[in-house]
Amino acid sequence: MATTKMFHIRTEEAPHLAAPLSTTGIIGWMRKNLFSSIGNTVLTIIGILIAYSLIQPLIQFALIDAVWTGENREACLPKDGAHSGACWAYVKAYFPQFIYGRYPSEEVYRVNIVYALFLMLLVPLAIPGVPFKRLNALLFLIVFPIVAYFLLTGLVIGDKVVLPIVETAVWGGLLVTLVIAVTGIVASLPLGIALALGRRSKMPIIRMVSIIFIEFWRGVPLITVLFMSSVMLPLFLPEGVTFDKLLRVLIGVTLFSAAYMAEVVRGGLQAIPKGQYEGAMALGLRFWPMMYLIVLPQALKLVIPGIVNTFIGLFKDTTLVLIVGMFDLLGQIQSSFTDPTWSTPSTGHTGYLFAAMVFWCFCFGMSRYSIFMENKLHTGHKR
Amino acid sequence: MSVMEQDSAGAPARASLLYDPKVRSIFYQVLLVVVVVALGYVIVSNTITNLERQNIASGWGFLENTAGFGTNQSLVQYSETSSYGRALYVGFLNTLLVAAIGILFATILGFIIGIARLSNNWVINRLAYCYVELVRNIPLLLQIFFWYFAVLRSIPGKRDKWSIFDTVHLNIGGLRLPKPIWEPGAEWIGYAVIIGIAASFFVARWARKRQEDTGQQFPVFWTAMGLIVGVPIITYLVTGMPMTLEHPNFVETGPIMLRGFELNVGINVIPEFLALTAALSIYTASFIAEIVRAGIQAVNHGQTEAAHALGLRNGPTLRLVIIPQAMRVIIPPLTSQYLNLTKNSSLAVAIAYPDLVSMGGTVLNQTGQAIEIIGIWMAVYLSLSLITSAFMNWYNQRMALVER
Repeated sequence: MATTKMFHIRTEEAPHLAAPLSTTGIIGWMRKNLFSSIGNTVLTIIGILIAYSLIQPLIQFALIDAVWTGENREACLPKDGAHSGACWAYVKAYFPQFIYGRYPSEEVYRVNIVYALFLMLLVPLAIPGVPFKRLNALLFLIVFPIVAYFLLTGLVIGDKVVLPIVETAVWGGLLVTLVIAVTGIVASLPLGIALALGRRSKMPIIRMVSIIFIEFWRGVPLITVLFMSSVMLPLFLPEGVTFDKLLRVLIGVTLFSAAYMAEVVRGGLQAIPKGQYEGAMALGLRFWPMMYLIVLPQALKLVIPGIVNTFIGLFKDTTLVLIVGMFDLLGQIQSSFTDPTWSTPSTGHTGYLFAAMVFWCFCFGMSRYSIFMENKLHTGHKR
Repeated sequence: MSVMEQDSAGAPARASLLYDPKVRSIFYQVLLVVVVVALGYVIVSNTITNLERQNIASGWGFLENTAGFGTNQSLVQYSETSSYGRALYVGFLNTLLVAAIGILFATILGFIIGIARLSNNWVINRLAYCYVELVRNIPLLLQIFFWYFAVLRSIPGKRDKWSIFDTVHLNIGGLRLPKPIWEPGAEWIGYAVIIGIAASFFVARWARKRQEDTGQQFPVFWTAMGLIVGVPIITYLVTGMPMTLEHPNFVETGPIMLRGFELNVGINVIPEFLALTAALSIYTASFIAEIVRAGIQAVNHGQTEAAHALGLRNGPTLRLVIIPQAMRVIIPPLTSQYLNLTKNSSLAVAIAYPDLVSMGGTVLNQTGQAIEIIGIWMAVYLSLSLITSAFMNWYNQRMALVER
């Protein structure tokens, strides 16, 4: 009686039980994230219904009912009562026009060279680890525009035609979109930096002029700027001097985006501690060496995401040139709808879907890049 | 070198005038003024000669001339015999209308999506994310085209309709709504609304004071709702129902050309307006959603925890603690989105919605008065920008952190 063991001592460890099935794995995740309460469950179901009602017709239209091959509209016409799907055959037939506009087909190789050069210079510039950044930037910002200009417009030395002249009136599609966007950004960057410095200048008149310039362009819509450059600019010039239409639009776009760029750069300049300016001055640097060697490299690095965002905005805004009668990618697609060879009920939808995909890929890619750079540059400022 | 000289001479050495910062600064500024003035002079003189050559009389006289073109939407009396000035005024009002309605919807949608973006619910969260990434990376003009040419062309034609509860109808001619017809005595309803708003304002003040004094809460929201909605309804019934609805009249029989909605019965919202409003609000909402998300995330999580510790439930926490603080971060970028929406409404010209740019473009084509028209455009948009930012700055100041 006295020695009855009334206690129990566990000699081996308790077995490790797996967590309850309802809290781990896919079920646990679902319980936590989708069905944690009645309200949440209702939301989940509504969300799934919304997603389904949007994605299902899109897939039906773009993939299942789609017509992939065909010579003309016959292929894409709805078959007895059935809904007509996307007419990808039409996109295929028009693809060269969407990319090059009405650029003469025997000269298209010149556009291809420009595209290739652009990519070859841009990709190493965009990847942080690649060396020779300075040389690369120099090539991209100064040499490339000149080469591209002669390649695209043509080159005639004396009487000898090296490259036949191609009028800008026949340019179109993605070519115009990219020319406007890239020229806009490359030309507006130096102007924007100058304006930003002007806005922070201690000289009252320079500051005032910069502020008026920036606020004016930021206050008006781009479409009025485009109207101004296409209707009013010829009035400003002396008699006999005429401008190419594309060039006029480029001037308008550049001035417009320079104002936005100036505000982005100003943000970067304001983020540089005063000590940097004072340190530069203590070293005996004058204004431009101080800016060029000390302040701007830091400030511009800070605002790379902002610059990319401005670029995304500009890229999307290039579509507006179709309102003043130029054919960018969207304009080219819009104008192809009038072609009776391909006029079907689904041509319009297909064209817009294609345009949306192209623009989305460009813009989304750039915004991802901007986020990547932000994360990369942010490390230096973490405490 | 100058230090040495200073030592030996005992007086500061005079640097060359060329290196005197003051002289330089004045020189640069004078130079800038000269350049700006010269540029202005060249532009003005060129313009004057060009205008003379093209026989365009500059000046504002053309605003009095008869326009001779109609429009499908005007908030004020307008016909073909009205003047160009009137046409521009109609366009201006249409711009304001589309901007105001667009801002309203964009704000509502943007806040919903922004909050959904922060939801713990994975499906809702992802849905909001996809919305934002999809919509803001596609050009607005393409979206306007999509809504106008793709969506609004696939709804029923003129002789057919979609109806909701037989009061709201939609077809290719636009949205048809019942139109309220005010009869004598209806002004009392207006007074009742004003009285309701005023009364709920005082109730809110009294309730706040009572809560601060005694801690007792009062259902302000429901009382206000009752006052603002209930009082006018009672007035409406008491005054003998002086308002009737004029329903759109859909003709289904008779000659084929006369079938469809009867003209000028009920309210007709034109399809251009629908497409433009939809595109503008959906596009801007994606930016507002990101602003709202960033604003809410900018509020320290400790605030939420503290509010929960005080015993506030999720709703009051959001309403009383998080949102007032988030608004400070949200308002400045929100202002610029409102301005963007207003400026983007000028894309109306692409689908011929009669806004300021569209009407102005027609006037420009008819009269050739490019400088005056573009001047009016820029002046109007600039002043809208300045007024909006002034208002938002005022609001921002009210919401700003009051520090000791």
